[in-house]
Parts: sequence; C-alpha cells; structure tokens
Amino acid sequence: MSTATHSAPVLTATPRRRRPRRSWIHTVIGIVLVAIMLFPVYWMLNASLAPAGNSLNTQWLPLDPDFSGYSRAIADQGQNLVTSVIVAVGACLLSIVIAAPCAYALAQFRIKGTAALLFLVLISQMIPGIVIANALYTVYTPLGLINSIPGLILADASQGIPFAILIMRAYLETFPTSIVEAARVDGCGHVRAFWSIVLPVSKNSLITAGIFSFLFAWSDFLMALTLTTGETIRPVTLGLYTYIGTNDTDWSAVMSTAVLSSLPAVILMIVAQKYVAAGATGGAVK
Amino acid sequence: MTAIQTRRRSRNRSDLLVRYAFVLPAALYMIAFFGYPILKNVVMSFQAYDFATFFNGHAPFVGVDNYAATFSDPIFLRALSNTGLFTVGSIIGQFVLGMGLALYFRKRFPLSGFLRSLLLLPWLLPMIVSAAVWRWILEQDNGALNQFLSGIGLISDPIPWLNSSDTALIAVIIVNIWLGIPFNVVLLYSGLQSIPDELYEAGQLDGATGWKSFLHITLPMLRPVVSVVLLLGVIYTIKVLDLIIGLTGGGPANATQTLATRSYEMSFVEFDFGQGAALSNVLIVIALAFSIVYLRANARAAKNG
Repeated sequence: MSTATHSAPVLTATPRRRRPRRSWIHTVIGIVLVAIMLFPVYWMLNASLAPAGNSLNTQWLPLDPDFSGYSRAIADQGQNLVTSVIVAVGACLLSIVIAAPCAYALAQFRIKGTAALLFLVLISQMIPGIVIANALYTVYTPLGLINSIPGLILADASQGIPFAILIMRAYLETFPTSIVEAARVDGCGHVRAFWSIVLPVSKNSLITAGIFSFLFAWSDFLMALTLTTGETIRPVTLGLYTYIGTNDTDWSAVMSTAVLSSLPAVILMIVAQKYVAAGATGGAVK
Repeated sequence: MTAIQTRRRSRNRSDLLVRYAFVLPAALYMIAFFGYPILKNVVMSFQAYDFATFFNGHAPFVGVDNYAATFSDPIFLRALSNTGLFTVGSIIGQFVLGMGLALYFRKRFPLSGFLRSLLLLPWLLPMIVSAAVWRWILEQDNGALNQFLSGIGLISDPIPWLNSSDTALIAVIIVNIWLGIPFNVVLLYSGLQSIPDELYEAGQLDGATGWKSFLHITLPMLRPVVSVVLLLGVIYTIKVLDLIIGLTGGGPANATQTLATRSYEMSFVEFDFGQGAALSNVLIVIALAFSIVYLRANARAAKNG
C-alpha cells in the first residue's frame, strides 16, 4: 500500500483546516451515521437485556435490564462456547505454525515451485466454502473426523492459513535480507535465523495474522454445519442457528447468545485496533 | 571431484532441503484442503454420489447426467438469477453507501478516526450473529423495522420481510449491504488517502470543486482501487451462504435460493453429492472468472501504486 505521507512543506503551511465549530457539526453528523450503522448491534444488546418471552412492546432502551437471558444462554450454549474457544484457538495456532515459515520462504527464498504455491494461495481465498465442505465431508466420513475437534480445527484453518501467508509475506517482502544474511555468515542456520531473528521482528504481522485466523474460525458456520451432526461437538455459531429454529419465542436468550458470540470480535476490535485495521486492508490490496 | 566440492555440494543440498521444509507443511495443507477438494468436486460431479455411496463405497460414473439434471432443474434457474440479483444489488448498495461514508470520513474532524474504526464492527461479527439479529429486527409482528415504519406512519400493515417471496430477496440484500459497507469504506478510504492534496488544490484553481472535483479528480485517481473493491465484492458475494441460511434458509419457496445455498441443499439435505458438486462447479467457474480479472487488476494497481 502506498499511503505515502507525501510531504508538501509549502502546502502544509496552509492546512485545509476548518473552523472548529463546523468541525464539531461534522462530528455530530459522523456520530449519527455510525449510530445508524451500529443500530443492529445496539438492538442485539438491548434485546438480550429484555425479560424472557416475546414481549409485544419492545422497549427502545434497556432501562430495566434483565440478565436472565444470559443465564439461560449460558445454560443452553455454554458447552458450545467452550467448543468454539477450543476450535478457534486451535485453528489460530495451526494457521500460524503452518503459515509463518511458508510466508518467510515465499518472501525470501528463491526455490522452485513457490510461484505455483503462491497462486494456489491467492486463488484459494476465492474458492466458495461449500466446494471445500462438499469434498471434506466425503473424506471426513471414512476418516472418522466428522464430529471431532481436530476435524473442525483443520477445516476452519482453511481461511486462516491463506490469509496469514499473504499478510505475513507482504510484511516479510519488505524485510531487509541483509540482517538474515549477516547472521547466516556467522554460521546461523535457516531455522535459527527464522526463529530468533525473523519471528521477533515480524511480531506485528504475526499478531494480525493470529487475530484474523482466530476470528475466521470463531465465526465459521459452514464447516460446523456440514462437518458436525450431533450435539456433542457443536460450535456456538451452529448452536445459535439451531437455537433460533427451536426457540424463536425466547429472543432474549437468543440475543444473549448472539452477544456472547460477538464478544471476541468486540474485544479484539478494542484492544487490538491497530492490528485489526492492518488486517482489514492487508488481505485485499498488497 | 575434490573432497571440498563434494562437501559443498552436500551442504548445498541439505540447505535446499531445509528451505523446502519451510514450505512443506503449507504446501501439503493447501493441496489437501484446496487442491484435493477442487479435484474431488470435479470427479464427483460425474458420479452418482449419494446416500448409498457412504455405505457401500460405490459411486458409478454417470457422464454428464448431474449437469443435465442441474441445468434442467427450474430451481437452478431461479438460483442463478437470484445469485445475479443478490450480487448486483449488494454490490451497488455497498459501494454507493461505502463511497459516501469514505468521502465523509475524509473530512478531518474530531473523533473521525475513532468513529471510522467503529464502522468495522459489522464486518468482524460472525455472519450468523448478524443473521440472528436481523431476523429479530425484520420480524413481522415485533421487529424494530416494522415498528419504526408504522410508528412514522409509512406503513399501515406490518411487512412480512423474510416470510414473503415478494420481499425476502430484497430483505436479504439489505442485510448483506449492511455487512459489506465496512469493507468498502476501509478500502475506499485508504484509496482516497493516497490521492495527493495538491491535485485538489490545483483543481480548485481551475474551478473544479465539489461534484466536479469528485468526477474529474477523485474517480479517475481512485479507479484501480474501485476495480479491486468491486471485483473482490463480487467474488465474496457470490459465495455468501451463512447469511442466507441464517435468515431464510433459501426460502420462502426458493425466493432467496442462490447457487451456494442450493449446492449446500443438494449435498447435505438431499444427500446428492453428485449434483451438489455439479452446482458448486458452476459456482467455481464464475468465481474463478472474476478472480482472474481481479488478480490482473490487482497486479496493475500494485504496479501503478
């Protein structure tokens, strides 16, 4: 990305800054626009705090919050939330372990076959998930991977791995080779150079890749829908879906589950804003 | 050959092996979870691959029967046109609203960065969560949208957004537009940032302000980014499945059935993996056609950028 901080010393002397009062009007309009966009998120929170049952008059403000929706959600979906955490953490770790060395090799080594691999990685992001699910089901069945945590982790990493490879490769392409070469001259092997020099320096891109690999797996619905059949191993996304079907009179419990399922995204957006923003553009424009 | 040469050669070879070892896990994974499924889909689409196959392992070769059955199925035509409408409607809505917001947030005002980052939220939420929330908003009797519309006197009878075949596709498109706006804002905003201010200053001298400067400066400068945004939007939208399954399940009466949901239904509801594979191959061909255009546009953007 060339979001160059183009220096124009003469022009910066006459900034296009508007008068403070007008700026604050812009802020107010901006808040209104964001509020409209985020209304559904507010509405989810609001409904999760409503009393049980399908009340005819929905309150526009949760003035009298009722947390019983959450206790029912945790009773019904707690196990599924745990499954989701395990699967998402597993897929995140797997994605990083597989993608990091590959991204480094694609960016820095000149070896045969890397162009073909890179092409497959780029194309893989565009392959509809249903194609993968169709084929995986037929292989998972004889292998006994249906209804299994490892099966879900492997399948869910199919979004994280290509994304992590691309994000980290984009960073490592700009990584100065001279640092690694200097270490290599001192007798440092490829593995050690990678582990003790490359990885620490590329911490930021590692974190971005990790966050998104986690979120992809956490948000996965298709693999959960197609590769699990029972109630024992069920990620919360699928739990939420079946919950609506069986429980459409208790919207406060459904919306409490939705809020709990949104927590990782919200938390990461707040505590890791910088990395999330980097991932948002990084996947598309290199 | 001297001893030193031999040693150097063997060291080079082990060095090469170490280099390949960096790529090997990823290569194996990509082949197993992308290469193989794509091939498997092609093979399955020429087989009678159904419920019985999972018991006796037999999947007899049936030529192009699955494709013939797919193309002559009226639901396929419905799904094809729905996919087109869903994609075009979503892309236009996302792009226009995303562009408007990106232009708005280009103005520097207090809190603009913070507000812009909040806009990302819908994009980060699990799609099935968004589907659940919108089901509640679009609910006929107690949903917020109908309450709001009747509150301001715009409608007298509640609209069955997701339950009527007249409105379901429109409702699903509206939700998908909401989901896609953040992505459009982020990319368009970063594209806008890379247009030098000097251009606008020069344009101002020539009388190009407001709408004129948008048409003659912003749009031409933004062209590479716009083509990337639109193409990626198409690629992502034609494969959307979670949202539709979550909102309507493809119904009512196939009103929101798309190629992706129909392929899912064929394989996992009807248990006809042969036809499911034939359908998803149609989807792959469309996705790959746009992908190739995208990769070329992206390479061009990178070269010029």
